Amino acid sequence: MNNSYDPRVKRLTLKDANISLREGEHWNIFEVFRQDKRGARHVHVGALHAPDPVLALIFAKEQYGRRKDCFNLWVVCSADILAFNDEDSDVFANNREKNYRDASGFKVRDKIEEFRKKSGNIKK
Amino acid sequence: MYGGGYIFDEPDRRQRTEEYEHDIPEKLAEFEARIEGGEKIEPDDWMPSEYRRQLIRLIEQHANSEIIGALPEGTWITRAPGFRRKMVLIAKVQDEIGHGQLLYNAAETLGKSREAMINDLLSGKTKYSNVFNYPAETWADVTVIGFLIDAAAIINQVANSRGSYGPYCRALERICYEESFHLKQGHEAFVGLAAGTPMQRRMLQDALNRWWQPIMHFFGPPDTISAHTEKLMQWKVKMASNDDMRDHFLNDYVPKVWELGLTLPDPNLKKNGETGRWEYSDPDWDLFFKVIKGDGPCNKERLAVRSWAEEHGRWVRQALMSSKYRRHAPVA
Repeated sequence: MNNSYDPRVKRLTLKDANISLREGEHWNIFEVFRQDKRGARHVHVGALHAPDPVLALIFAKEQYGRRKDCFNLWVVCSADILAFNDEDSDVFANNREKNYRDASGFKVRDKIEEFRKKSGNIKK
Repeated sequence: MYGGGYIFDEPDRRQRTEEYEHDIPEKLAEFEARIEGGEKIEPDDWMPSEYRRQLIRLIEQHANSEIIGALPEGTWITRAPGFRRKMVLIAKVQDEIGHGQLLYNAAETLGKSREAMINDLLSGKTKYSNVFNYPAETWADVTVIGFLIDAAAIINQVANSRGSYGPYCRALERICYEESFHLKQGHEAFVGLAAGTPMQRRMLQDALNRWWQPIMHFFGPPDTISAHTEKLMQWKVKMASNDDMRDHFLNDYVPKVWELGLTLPDPNLKKNGETGRWEYSDPDWDLFFKVIKGDGPCNKERLAVRSWAEEHGRWVRQALMSSKYRRHAPVA
């Protein structure tokens, strides 16, 4: 069977594929956050499989840090991330209405002009 | 590389209909309106079971293709002509394996485990792009793969990156960015032979002649005999028809082959000036299905090598295993 053009393959004793993997055999899943430059924020870039955080960091360097500027990486076990369900995103729905939490919610110029007109004699 | 347009489907339509009927009409309408409005679907969102099934099938086959696709090229790392070409080829093959990982992650967000995907690949239940069942006989084959197969794959992947499933689109964004280097290096190596000695040109022409049929197969059967894809188009799982992608590819790349004085082994290949579409001899679709079903020159070897790697890597995985970290699906 083994007439491979690949010298590395030709050296192997190959059988028909018959291995069956068990669930969990390919380790756990870690999320990767990448920091492009010193001082920049870390941004989520994806996930990978690793047995523990130390190896996850090494794999992350290969998988998510092999091109362009990269200063640092974080890894965290996916199971440790707590998040809202997407369908609960309505808890943020009235954020936009709370303009008292935003600089744009405060306007005084009209009031000043009105006051100045009423008072008459305030010098600039 | 490497999402071919053709996605092999298991012939189990009966089961599919039953599942499909359990879907909730109101939710389905909401889901379809969301896609229609250009929104992405995320892992936690409600989705029809048929959408989930089709996406897993698509992404999983794409991931398998990246991993298996690294084998014919990896063959040539030890014999790449010169230090620069060797570095380039190692970088490219590493990218392909990385793409496989990114895609398996995207498929895992839909609920199928990595181990189950590898098992289905090894047992032949799921497929990979048919082109990788052919051997890379000479260095010229590597340049044809790197140039033309990657070009074809990019057309498919750019189309898919506008699809509806968020995690798949995000993976493809990164993949397409890296593929642009693959295409450029492939073109450079291809031109290197085309502008070389008469012997190099002969070698390249021979490789083109052998690869043309698999390349014409790459996007899958013509729309007239291709399985019903209307729903998949509406759900933005399939983004372009096989014939449209094939025509796009021919239009962009046949001139780039002809300008080097090389030929393609199809006397009927030409662009119709009136319709603007390319015409070609009908590829041998019986051969295509025969190879997909396992009778290609390299099917057995590809799976045997993949299986060997899983088997011989097992003790390493076990030695490093830590039970402290719980298993979970990727978050996005």
